[in-house]
Order: sequence, then structure tokens, then C-alpha cells
Amino acid sequence: MLSFIVTALFSGAVYLVLTAGSGPVLRFWSVQELLVAAAVAVAVGFVAHQYFASARRRAAANPLRWLQAVAYVLGPFFAEMAKANFDVAYRVITGRIRPGIVRVRTGMKTDMGTLLMANSITLTPGTLTVNVDEESNDLYIHMINVPAGLENRETVEVRELFALFDCPRWVRRIAE
Amino acid sequence: MILDALIWISLAVGLAFNALGVVGILRFPDVYTRLHADTKCTTFGSIFTSVAIVLYAGGQYFRDPEGQYETLALHTVLAVVVLAFTNATSAHAIARAAHKRGHKPAQAVCDRLEETVP
Repeated sequence: MLSFIVTALFSGAVYLVLTAGSGPVLRFWSVQELLVAAAVAVAVGFVAHQYFASARRRAAANPLRWLQAVAYVLGPFFAEMAKANFDVAYRVITGRIRPGIVRVRTGMKTDMGTLLMANSITLTPGTLTVNVDEESNDLYIHMINVPAGLENRETVEVRELFALFDCPRWVRRIAE
Repeated sequence: MILDALIWISLAVGLAFNALGVVGILRFPDVYTRLHADTKCTTFGSIFTSVAIVLYAGGQYFRDPEGQYETLALHTVLAVVVLAFTNATSAHAIARAAHKRGHKPAQAVCDRLEETVP
């Protein structure tokens, strides 16, 4: 029941953001859109509640984690992403690449943490997640420029991929 | 005036990175390195073009609060969030499919995934 309510509220909120500006009710919405939002919320909540908010992951409902996620995206993540883009731009122009696939140990314990880590890695320093080892949550990562010596090692710690901030710690705080 | 300059700068930076992404797709040797150019440069470039839209909408909103400019800004922000997530996830899906299909990374110095897949 709780998962149904959470899912319905979330989907209704997203629908309202998408239709903001349609009429005068509460400054932003028309009556029709509010009714449709309620219908959409109930329908989506009914269909998706067991995927979106399972009872096992109650920690994800903590608003503090959501705030931390926003802070993470705007701060460390954006800085790493900007650096990655200048790096890739440099390699596009010069053509100096040394690609390879390495295995990275993340140490994440939940699916959500692995997902966030994999997406963060794909958008940051010259790395692209190719596959996930479902048992150990290790990631196989294609690097556009493998640092010298790294190709001989069996696994790499995920911390070594991020130069400026300790992104794995942020992800762990948000998702676990 | 300053706002106009900021909008033009954001647009220029965004377009420059998107153009670099295109050059990268043409220049790089295989599917993985091309995905690098594609995902990173287009996400970053699109963020800057979206910033330009938000700035424009904000400026118009102060001139004419009756228009629908806050909606424009809101939709753009939502689009950027969705873009960042789907871009990373779809790049991962394409790379995984390519590796399962047997595409070897070109010029690779190592391939740890190859060793585990029979």
C-alpha cells in the first residue's frame, strides 16, 4: 500500500511538472489536467508500484538522500563530467587514444548503487561501462585512454577512476 | 545585454561540444571509442544549449510574466535530467550488445571482459 502511494505521488508530480502552465488553478494548472494527473497517478501506481518502490528499499524514500543526490549531480559529478569532456575533446582533436577494457571493483552492495555508479562512470573521465558482473557488482569498463601499467592488473579500484572528487563515497551515501 | 551575451556564449559552447562529438564519431576507429565521443560530448553540449534556453526563458519571463516562459524553462530542465540518464544507459546497452556480438575493441591494450566470456 505504501509503495502504491509513493509511486502514485511521484508519477502524479512528474505529470504536473510536464503540464504546468495549462490553466489558472493554483496559478499553473487547468481542472482537466489535474483530473488527468490523478488518473495517471492511480494507473501508474497500480502497474508499477512493485518495481518502483519495493518494501525492501525503504531507505530510498529518505528525502535527505534525494537532497544529497541533487548536491552530488550539481557538484562533484558535474566537475568530473566537465573534465571528462575536455579530455575527450582533446582526444578527438589529436587522435591520441589507447583503448582497452578493464575490470573495476565497485564494492557496491545494492542494485541502485551499481546503477548510479555505472551511469556516473559512463558520463565521466574517458570511461564507458560495457558490462556488469551480477554476482560481485564489478563493472567492465572501456577506457579511451588506459594509463600505462593499468592493463596488467586484474582489477582496478573504482576510486582510481575519479581524479577530483571521491565520487564512489557520494554514491554509497546516496544509494546504500 | 549581459544576459544576451551569456545566452550566446552558452549556445556557442554547446554547439562546439556537439560538433566535436560529430567529429569524434567520424574519426575514432571502433564502436566503443565512438560511443565515448557520442555520449560525453552530446550530453555536455546539450546541457549548455539547455542552459541558454533557460536563460532566455528567464529573461523573457521578467519582461512578460504572462507568457508561458516558466513552462519552457521547467520542461528544459526536466529534459536535461532525462537526457543524462537515458544517454548513459543506452550507451551502456549499445556497448554491451556490441561486445556480445563479438566486436573487439580496436587497438586495445587489454580486454578483461573477453577473458571471462567463454
